[in-house]
Amino acid sequence: MNRAFRLLRRRAISSIPVLLIVVVGAFLLLEVAPGDAVDAYLLSIGGGDPAMVQALRESYGRDQSLSSRLWLYLSSLARLDLGWSVTFGRPILDLILERLPNTLWLMGSAVALAFTLGSALGIVAGARPGSARDRLLSTGSLALYAVPSFWLGLVLILIFAVQLRWFPTSGIATIASGKQGIARAVDVAHHLVLPVCSLGFIYLALFLRMMRAGMAEAWRQDYALAARAKGLARRRIVLRHVARNALLPLVTMLGLQAASMLGGSVVVESVFAVPGFGRLAQEAVAGRDAPLLTGIILVSAVIVIVINLVVDIAYGILDPRVGASEERAA
Amino acid sequence: MSGMLVTLRGLRITYGEGPAALSDIDLDIAAGERLAVIGESGSGKSTLALALAGLLPDNARIVGDIAWDGGERPVPGRDIGFVFQDAGASLNPVLRVGEQVAEVAQRHLGMSWREAYAHSRDLLAQVQIPAPDTVLNTYAHQLSGGQRQRVAIAAAIAARPRLLIADEPTSALDTIVQAEIVALLDRLVQEAGMTLVFISHDIALVSGFADRIAVLHAARLVEAGPAAEVLRSPKDAYTARLISSHIGLDTPRLIGTPS
Amino acid sequence: MSVLRRLSRSPEGVAGLVLLGLLVLAALLAPVLFPGDPLSIAGPALVRPFADPAFPLGTDRLGRDVLAGLFHGARASLAVGLAAAAVALVAGAVVGTLAGFAGGLADEALMRVVDAFQTVPSFLLALAFVSVTGASLPVVIFAIALGAWTGPARLARAEVLSIRERDYVAAARVIGMRPLEIALREVLPNALPPVLALAAVIVANAVLIESALSFLGLGDPNIVTWGSMIAEGRNVLRTAPFLSIVPGIGLVATVLGIYLLAEGLSDALSRRKSRA
Repeated sequence: MNRAFRLLRRRAISSIPVLLIVVVGAFLLLEVAPGDAVDAYLLSIGGGDPAMVQALRESYGRDQSLSSRLWLYLSSLARLDLGWSVTFGRPILDLILERLPNTLWLMGSAVALAFTLGSALGIVAGARPGSARDRLLSTGSLALYAVPSFWLGLVLILIFAVQLRWFPTSGIATIASGKQGIARAVDVAHHLVLPVCSLGFIYLALFLRMMRAGMAEAWRQDYALAARAKGLARRRIVLRHVARNALLPLVTMLGLQAASMLGGSVVVESVFAVPGFGRLAQEAVAGRDAPLLTGIILVSAVIVIVINLVVDIAYGILDPRVGASEERAA
Repeated sequence: MSGMLVTLRGLRITYGEGPAALSDIDLDIAAGERLAVIGESGSGKSTLALALAGLLPDNARIVGDIAWDGGERPVPGRDIGFVFQDAGASLNPVLRVGEQVAEVAQRHLGMSWREAYAHSRDLLAQVQIPAPDTVLNTYAHQLSGGQRQRVAIAAAIAARPRLLIADEPTSALDTIVQAEIVALLDRLVQEAGMTLVFISHDIALVSGFADRIAVLHAARLVEAGPAAEVLRSPKDAYTARLISSHIGLDTPRLIGTPS
Repeated sequence: MSVLRRLSRSPEGVAGLVLLGLLVLAALLAPVLFPGDPLSIAGPALVRPFADPAFPLGTDRLGRDVLAGLFHGARASLAVGLAAAAVALVAGAVVGTLAGFAGGLADEALMRVVDAFQTVPSFLLALAFVSVTGASLPVVIFAIALGAWTGPARLARAEVLSIRERDYVAAARVIGMRPLEIALREVLPNALPPVLALAAVIVANAVLIESALSFLGLGDPNIVTWGSMIAEGRNVLRTAPFLSIVPGIGLVATVLGIYLLAEGLSDALSRRKSRA
């Protein structure tokens, strides 16, 4: 685990400048957007007299130079104060924290589905490159990868919610059902099946293709031939020798897709009216709520960085060659 | 333990649409002998090794006969051990080396994993790896080139095969290590009564231990016979050129003032 | 060109070429076959597909011709996709080349900026940009490029780093060309080819992002796009599902065509055997 912590520390430190750039970018976005935080506040209290407006502007630093405004912004961020939402009339951080869990459940389940099923099918395809099974899965996954997630969502709604009535068409829970505990969890899960599938299937196709490609590459290596030369069971060669190596680029891809999936949750939550973080972004755009949108972007960046850190650690655990220069034996 | 282990008759191997990698090969390999197959790149020597081991790719077409003693085709791993040239590539980078030796015993000797690991430990000691218990848990990238090759040899002999094929096992190693590995192989096959087929481009390297030498040139077998005879009075011109081209410490200076 | 010949031997390449060819044809012929504004009301509302020969694919909630929308949508999708990809590729290639050539602190700083753009989800970036600037075609194109330029930047930089040390650069320096000249005239043209290979993925993504933006009502309101058609059709999903399904098929066909062509091209450019 020592190696894992060393990796973690190194990656965390290199993330700081990136986060700073994102923060500066967010600040610039706020500067450029029409209207500002003071307007937002005034709107929420129904206007005020010129003296109060001037006092407010002074306290918000609106009359000061760009650099002092930036400093004010940075210090409020340091206090975890993301500002005030125009459309909702509430602190942005509260809004985000309220909506985030739903999205995390959605994304988490979608990733779990995509990764497990995708790699499994990818292994099935990659066990015999060029076979009929392989070509079928390859073409199928390419077609699936070309599907827009919001359209897939509508199609799934049509088939499974409207026609078959197996799942609800929208929402995250049955309204005013009063369910608690396990019953509520089941209800939520029931509501999330279609959204998770809409979001996850596209990434399933991606992971399938990556595993397939990774295995084709691994089969070309000497260690695959050596495993055959040892007369090992086919299953052991495919899983323990070939797939185990093909897994590595897949894990890297997981990190790279984190940002993409967070963006994808915006449309999926919109289609299924799931009250999540992604939907909040759409509502922020609809309400021209620049502070809220900026807050969402900042939090997204943090989430992506955290996910990438976790993925890096996982990769470091899976690939013994990482950090090897410190461990060279004679 | 006498008689022929395997007999090759009229063997011709082509890959896809290309020219023959091996053409018209007639060769007998006696049980328990140490046969060196010498050839330069493109001579077909690796193809011969793979053909014996049953590891040719799908697009290889085989004409001719490979007849094994006892009639049945041998099982890779159990009856034939294979040592590759580059142990850094033939060892799986993400699995511990102990597992890669133990899995052979587990598969072919009916051992449990625990027994197989114990057997691996003994094998690592046999191939002269220091601290075998520690090495069982290391990964290939943590070992030196020579140590990796020793591990690969341990895995190859783990199931006590009749035949050990070594395809240029020392070509990627330093000179001193080369000599050590060759000595190790020689000792191991003699102790276990294994047949050894040693592929190399270096006829001088094999002169120290081979019983018989076979020479391949452009997919054909140009010479085969007892080592001493081949080295002393080669029948084929190519073999003679190979022998005379050998550069050693006793070779007259190639550059500099003539003596 | 032997590349084309090899491409024709790959079934994926041929399929992709055919698919894209049909779509490009549709896009080019749209104003010819369906003159007039596809957003204008053409007939009665919610006509079923294949029911009325005047409207082969029916009409939507407001009486707009679906087939006309499909053809004009092809135009929009392809135009936005290609334009956004072009902007992203050029911007990315320039930044990447400069970073690779400059080295040192400038390189580090530029790469951190690239990291920052990759850390924020590109869809959110597009959303933010459209929200601040207002939705119109050029804005949408730029918004998509904002997220897509990082890939080409990294690739271009990698290429430059490997090419930089090569002989013809040293030769140019000996002749006395200034660094900027060397960057633009010698290094950049050679760093481009692999960046173009990345182009297929960028175009496909651009088409998908554009459709998602239109679906959310953030595309250009004055043109018909497949995304906006799907959003429109969503209102009558239960009664007239074809309105949402048909444009989506167009999207799938476009993206699939791009990917198939890209696979065919990469097959044609490399030759590898498997040893399973």
